[in-house]
Amino acid sequence: MEMTTLLVHVDDGIMHIRLNRPEVFNACNNVMTTELQKAFSEAGTDERVRCVVLSGSGRAFCSGQDLKEAPGSEGQGTLRDALETRYNPIIRAMTSLPKPIIASINGVAAGAGLSLALAADIRIMSSAAKLVEAFAAIALVPDSGASFFYTRMLGYAQAFEFATRNGQFTAEQALKLGMVNMVVSPDVLDAAVLSLAKEYAAGPTTSYGYIKTLLRTAQTATLDEMLDHEREYQQSAGETQDYAEGVRAFQEKRKPAFSGR
Amino acid sequence: MTNEYTCIRISNPTARVAAIELYRPTAMNALNMPMMDEIVDACNRFDADDGIGCIVIHGTEKVFAAGADIKEMEEADAVTMVKRDQFAVWERLRLIKKPLVAAVSGYALGGGCELAMMCDIIIASDTAQFGQPEINIGVMPGAGGTQRLTRALGKSLAMEMIMTGSMLSAAKACEHGLVSRVVPSAVFLQEAFSLASSIASKPPFAVRLAKEAVNAAIEQPLDAGLELERKNFYLLFASNDQKEGMAAFVEKRKPVWSGS
Repeated sequence: MEMTTLLVHVDDGIMHIRLNRPEVFNACNNVMTTELQKAFSEAGTDERVRCVVLSGSGRAFCSGQDLKEAPGSEGQGTLRDALETRYNPIIRAMTSLPKPIIASINGVAAGAGLSLALAADIRIMSSAAKLVEAFAAIALVPDSGASFFYTRMLGYAQAFEFATRNGQFTAEQALKLGMVNMVVSPDVLDAAVLSLAKEYAAGPTTSYGYIKTLLRTAQTATLDEMLDHEREYQQSAGETQDYAEGVRAFQEKRKPAFSGR
Repeated sequence: MTNEYTCIRISNPTARVAAIELYRPTAMNALNMPMMDEIVDACNRFDADDGIGCIVIHGTEKVFAAGADIKEMEEADAVTMVKRDQFAVWERLRLIKKPLVAAVSGYALGGGCELAMMCDIIIASDTAQFGQPEINIGVMPGAGGTQRLTRALGKSLAMEMIMTGSMLSAAKACEHGLVSRVVPSAVFLQEAFSLASSIASKPPFAVRLAKEAVNAAIEQPLDAGLELERKNFYLLFASNDQKEGMAAFVEKRKPVWSGS
């Protein structure tokens, strides 16, 4: 893919998307949000892709909206339009992509950059990185799904404090609060992410997609609704080639070789 | 690094770091007498090598070491055990001046747990399990387990583990201070090498005297420990690295250590 703000490549079933504006801590400008939409759309259609890794170049993961092109300021269009046409489609694409997305939080994740990390399915964080709620500091509200993710992950009281008092979490705090799955040393981060990505890329991709849909749905559904959904998705999962392979491998006491289908 | 050992494998994973892998894959890395001799021999060599700043002892992701070799001891009588005094050789690890890091994933049981506790720092993978199960075969820990586990965990938990043979998870071990941190099993070795590399990049003479002083905190009464600490602190002012370190701090530049 020809990109100017992202480095994208597919290798061994893994699509690596690296935000690549290190000179501005990978701040999102118009081009970057367009390219992120394109990359996640490609991740959905490219059948080779069984897992996505989102990371940042240089010292930061993503510092959020590039304030040199701040929406709402002169000549930049409204904030409403910026969210509707630039950010919301990315968050929707990430959460509805039926493949696991790993966020590799190599450095600071702030504002909409934090939202990108929180929209991933699993987060591995460098012990030197920070999660920063940057919206209220410039008199804005959490966006790009932040209000949803904060409250689901932290509960209301912690989320309110985080969103109103310019919250910052160290890696250790983020791990304790359940906002990230693992914390590792900075120089070990890439190895940890790659190891996990390989595990996912060798997994039952179709079923992972169903699992993702179920868990995402469960965040806004009742038990009764989920019992119905589980029944239907289990039926579908049972019709995959990987289910047949999984059962065969279990009987033959060997590791299953999943094709993702 | 050439490998002339049979029960361990040695390597040089990063600059100034030496690694010793416990390697008896068919025996869950059970520690027999040849393996302990080899570990001590390798540590002595690394200790004498100015190019090495830190030593890592590790197993695989599945097992650090699952105990001492029972077959070696099964038929022995007390007189044989005393004459053999096989655990005495372990104590020679206490004489190693360079920092020892144990990277534990999977089982560290019996002698494996005791070996890990002889190291200066233990890093645990999230799958690590520590235990002294000797009670289940009619004996008790014999290579430091009753002493070091009690110093690390306190009497009550140590008694419980040693008298029931129950295992301690990585998370619990971290909570109680037996290990310094818990890391994902996929990268436990890289984490250990990264830590070792960081230690190996520090001024070696200061690291050596600091290790000695911290060990005094567990082994000596407070006044003796404090006295040793002060003497070691003053002694460092005879080193070039103290001059260099303080000069670099004042001049706002990075120090270059000479190890002297």
